[in-house]
Amino acid sequence: MSKIANYTLSRKDKVQLTRIIASLGLFIPLIIVDKIYNIGSLTQFGWILPLILYSVIYILIGYDVLARAGRNIINFNPLDENFLMSIATLGAFALAIYKGVKGEATEGFDEGCAVLIFYQVGEFFQQLATERSRNSISSLMDIRPDSANVIREGGVINVYPEDIKIGEIIIVKPGERVPLDGIVVKGCSTLDTMALTGESAPSDVYEGQEIMSGCINLTSTIEIKVNKEFYDSTVSRILDLVESAADKKSKTEAFITRFARWYTPIVVGLALCLALIPSIFNGNTEEWIYRALNFLVVSCPCAIVISVPMTFFVGIGVASRNFILVKGSNHLEKLSRVNTFVFDKTGTVTTGKFKVESVYPLENREEILHLAALAEQDSLHPIAISILEEYGKETEKGYTIENKAGYGIIAKKGENVILCGNNKLLELYNTPCKVTENEKTTVHVAKNREYVGTIYVSDRIKDGTKAAIAELQNMGSKCVMLTGDKEKIAQKVASSIGISEYKSSLLPQDKVSEVEKLIDSKNDGLVCFVGDGINDAPVLMRADVGVSMGAIGSDSAIESSDIVLMKDDLTALPLAKRIASKTVKIARQNIVFPLLVKVAILVLSAIGIANMWMAVFGDVGVAVLAILNAMRTSKIK
Amino acid sequence: MKKVFRLENLGCAHCAAKMEKSISKIDGVESVTIGFMSRRLTIEAPEEKFEDILKQASKVIKKYEKDCEIVR
Repeated sequence: MSKIANYTLSRKDKVQLTRIIASLGLFIPLIIVDKIYNIGSLTQFGWILPLILYSVIYILIGYDVLARAGRNIINFNPLDENFLMSIATLGAFALAIYKGVKGEATEGFDEGCAVLIFYQVGEFFQQLATERSRNSISSLMDIRPDSANVIREGGVINVYPEDIKIGEIIIVKPGERVPLDGIVVKGCSTLDTMALTGESAPSDVYEGQEIMSGCINLTSTIEIKVNKEFYDSTVSRILDLVESAADKKSKTEAFITRFARWYTPIVVGLALCLALIPSIFNGNTEEWIYRALNFLVVSCPCAIVISVPMTFFVGIGVASRNFILVKGSNHLEKLSRVNTFVFDKTGTVTTGKFKVESVYPLENREEILHLAALAEQDSLHPIAISILEEYGKETEKGYTIENKAGYGIIAKKGENVILCGNNKLLELYNTPCKVTENEKTTVHVAKNREYVGTIYVSDRIKDGTKAAIAELQNMGSKCVMLTGDKEKIAQKVASSIGISEYKSSLLPQDKVSEVEKLIDSKNDGLVCFVGDGINDAPVLMRADVGVSMGAIGSDSAIESSDIVLMKDDLTALPLAKRIASKTVKIARQNIVFPLLVKVAILVLSAIGIANMWMAVFGDVGVAVLAILNAMRTSKIK
Repeated sequence: MKKVFRLENLGCAHCAAKMEKSISKIDGVESVTIGFMSRRLTIEAPEEKFEDILKQASKVIKKYEKDCEIVR
């Protein structure tokens, strides 16, 4: 990752840097000479010579600040930082001139200059850091395609992806990024979908298959019929999601913006009081004005106002580089407060792809599978698909098939009645079942009221699930699994991934009420629901934080969740949680620490211990530290 | 109608917050957010008033930062 040092400077930045170096180059020798020889006493003109010398530097470093201050007064926006800095520094000059006129030793010109120089150093640093963190997010923007090759009027022309209409055919050569979503109409190839799914293994595409923009075509040229316009394509939606995430402000940011609105007027008000009230009682107006000017130096809340959103912005950027799309700073903040993770079973903890494990009794295997395949031949249910796959042969047609939801399938042809389903189905037909339930998903098969056998189907647990859950538990989070499956299956899956709390046999609406129960329970933490985003939208929306996974192509999943794990497993979840906690922690430090320093400077200035040097060093120093701290967010592993 | 614009030369976070507050007070604006880090201005307003509101918003923005432009 690029450091601030090797970030290329814009023209504006270069001008600014030159001004800072030039004024420091003049200021340092001048102040050394002044401190040793006291320039004010060298010539017969007294204070006029140092005034002229320091003014040159003052104008060189501060002309833009003065100009902005002037403009802001015209715009009735006096509490602007430029204006306050101008008053503070011009005030220091005025005090120095006043002393000079009275014939005292001239001091204060140096402070006026120093305040502006360091103020500009701070601004410059903020500018660089902001640019740099913006750039770190835009590295994600590499997935944005610059152009697309479209077939028009018999030839291939290169156009902007935005100019392509639905239904046009685009050509993607090996090594190129797919610019728009569509369907492959010619050719087959291998795709690198890493940028979209976090999956490093390439995947194959064939004619007729849907393809998402953002993948890289690896092996051979394919033609794609575009089915979404650019603004609606996967790439645009991902980029828009990440870009707009920082606009959804966290509570911490909202707090700091509100605070900033009051901070400046209050400090300026205090400065006015400090300049006027004590001097009425004990005179010494010069000293009190000087102390009040110190207040103005620290009156700008910019360090905090910048460093807090920057922390969240960098946090969101780090997350997206790790294939975690966070839809808003507010969601990141909420995730940090989550202490209960609720997982859906099928499709989240397990792959949702079933496989026939065994058939009972084994000697009738072929017949059982044959009968089951007859019944399940038209079904799209994952279990049916696994049975058809296992059978692997053509089935004869001509059966009337009745699908009895919650029971199974009844297939009839002439005299023959095939039952294929659960216990309840067999009971309904008074067919005694000869096996007992176990932790596997069972499909019983019966023919003409005669039990034939049972197929055991099981779902595979996704890689990395157990480790991810163990890590979340180590962080002190409670993990709960919800499933519509029967008790025994739930128990087995839960125990094999290390979850002790689970609820089985739930209908979709039950999942919502289970999550609500957890939300309402006496618990300070928030509740996060993790699902595949396809049929659990209501739960995702109801939970404090909804996390969907592996569903980057699905609009509804992205719509209903707050955080999207691009990779289709739980491995990124503990990292997401760590990023969230760290981001919020750093954001808090970035409020508390600068505020403490500012208050300390205000108190020390009020009692006359801090001078203007200390004020400006403290203020700029703490701003720089806060920004460096914000940058630390990008180091989360 | 909701539209997103890029803000060029947005330099100061505190000003962005002030701009946001001022724009939200423009008649007809339903919602407005300015993301300082993302440099995005999102305005939601009725379509028939949109152009007018955008002009006023541009004025507000210039009041706080002279160089800041709404990129259309």
